[in-house]
Amino acid sequence: MKTEAQFENADVNMARRSFLHYAGAGMAALSVLSAASCKKDHSKPQMTTGIDIGATGDLAILNYAYALEQLEAAFYINVAAHMYTGASDDEIALLTDIRDHEVAHREFFKAALGTHAIQALTPNFSSINFSSRASVLGAAKAFEDTGVSAYNGAGYLLKSADYLLLAGKIVSVEARHASYIRDLISPSSFADSTVIDSNGMDKPQSIAQVLAIANGYLTTKVSAINYGYKAY
Amino acid sequence: MNLLGIIEEIEKADPEFQDRISPRRAAIKNITSFGSKVAVAALPFALGSLMKKAYGQTATPSVNDVLNYALKLEYLEAAFYNAGVASNITFSATEKSYLVTIQGHENEHVVFLKSVLGSAAVAQNTQGINGTYDFTAGGTFNDVLTNADTFFAVAQAFEDTGVRAYKGQAGFLVGNQTVLTAALDIHSVEARHASAIRQIRRTRGASGTKPWIVGANDTGIAAVNNNYVGEDNVLQGGVTITSLNGVGGKISGAAATGAFDEPLTSAQVVALVAPFGVK
Repeated sequence: MKTEAQFENADVNMARRSFLHYAGAGMAALSVLSAASCKKDHSKPQMTTGIDIGATGDLAILNYAYALEQLEAAFYINVAAHMYTGASDDEIALLTDIRDHEVAHREFFKAALGTHAIQALTPNFSSINFSSRASVLGAAKAFEDTGVSAYNGAGYLLKSADYLLLAGKIVSVEARHASYIRDLISPSSFADSTVIDSNGMDKPQSIAQVLAIANGYLTTKVSAINYGYKAY
Repeated sequence: MNLLGIIEEIEKADPEFQDRISPRRAAIKNITSFGSKVAVAALPFALGSLMKKAYGQTATPSVNDVLNYALKLEYLEAAFYNAGVASNITFSATEKSYLVTIQGHENEHVVFLKSVLGSAAVAQNTQGINGTYDFTAGGTFNDVLTNADTFFAVAQAFEDTGVRAYKGQAGFLVGNQTVLTAALDIHSVEARHASAIRQIRRTRGASGTKPWIVGANDTGIAAVNNNYVGEDNVLQGGVTITSLNGVGGKISGAAATGAFDEPLTSAQVVALVAPFGVK
């Protein structure tokens, strides 16, 4: 599959970039984070691979969304390619739909951001057992709920009404996914008190809170130094 | 930060300040009451937005306008689920638990929005006839409170339309951490509800109905065509989604429309809910 190949390529690219960085060759594509770290400490080469969403502004927030969509797309590509034991036809069909939505989100951000886009991230799903329904759906729930809380929590940081609307168009679809996944795990848990407060509202999360969760599934760590979060 | 103190200072320099912001006076008061719910750091944002409204040349609705618009929709939804749960319709235990959860949220949204708006809140009894709605929408859904399938069909239209309504207002709240975030937090809950109602309908036999909106009106009910107008859009931010690579080919039209929900303007929404009595 094309998308899987992309992730494989991304792996190679990451390895190459890390090598070049470590070797001191440097690259234009090196992240703001690496550059900033180098300024602070010239003597120590940076071993960890990672990127930063960049200077504060709409591009950073869009890249933040792009990072999360990359993660979700990679996850569901894996799910659909190795469907867990005991999946009903309906589950297979709808989880495949979700995969296609997340790929659409990822490809949209990539195309819209163009040269401003962060690189392809390398996921690390070693904590997920893709042959286990409970493990897959548990992870899916975490991804979807986190995605909703991320868009809700970062919406106010967007200055452009157009970008805000685009984020709004996506977040409600993530919420639809979350609702469905939750009901697969436990009927009627689509909006329970673990995610909804006493005002009947989704609980938003900050960039720092969200990235701390997302980085648990990423080899390429994502930071947002200008929003107060450093992954390493 | 002493917000009221700042306003007093502004009034010394500009005696007409209160008149300039008159329709939003309640908003000021509510920003302070919001303070208990959000970080004080949010206040400069809210104040900046307020100043823009007082002195800027904007034709956009005020924050209170947006909140009252939301409140009217929440009044409708809350009353609808209250009526459904209290009706003689036979729901399965699972369906009932879904409905009770949603009913709770819609009533919480009403309480929340009323508390934020304070005395500026539109009264419920201004809606419908002395606060009573016509859930048949003038006879279009005659058996809405006796037939479960009709009830869920109307519920789905309300939820999907509610999502679209909130989405359409976000642009008027740009940068307003407090109010925008609250609106987004309700927006996504409505989307969770919409998905849940769609799941119920799918289980009940509406096999073409998925938790997400595919194409335009995918409900199988022609009477709600206008609630879904524009949902078949595949052009997002200048990018044609169906021209992008998906898994094993270009992204399909179904995936492209399912992946993005579309907004409605307040004028569109008002026209859609007027037959139920929303004013």
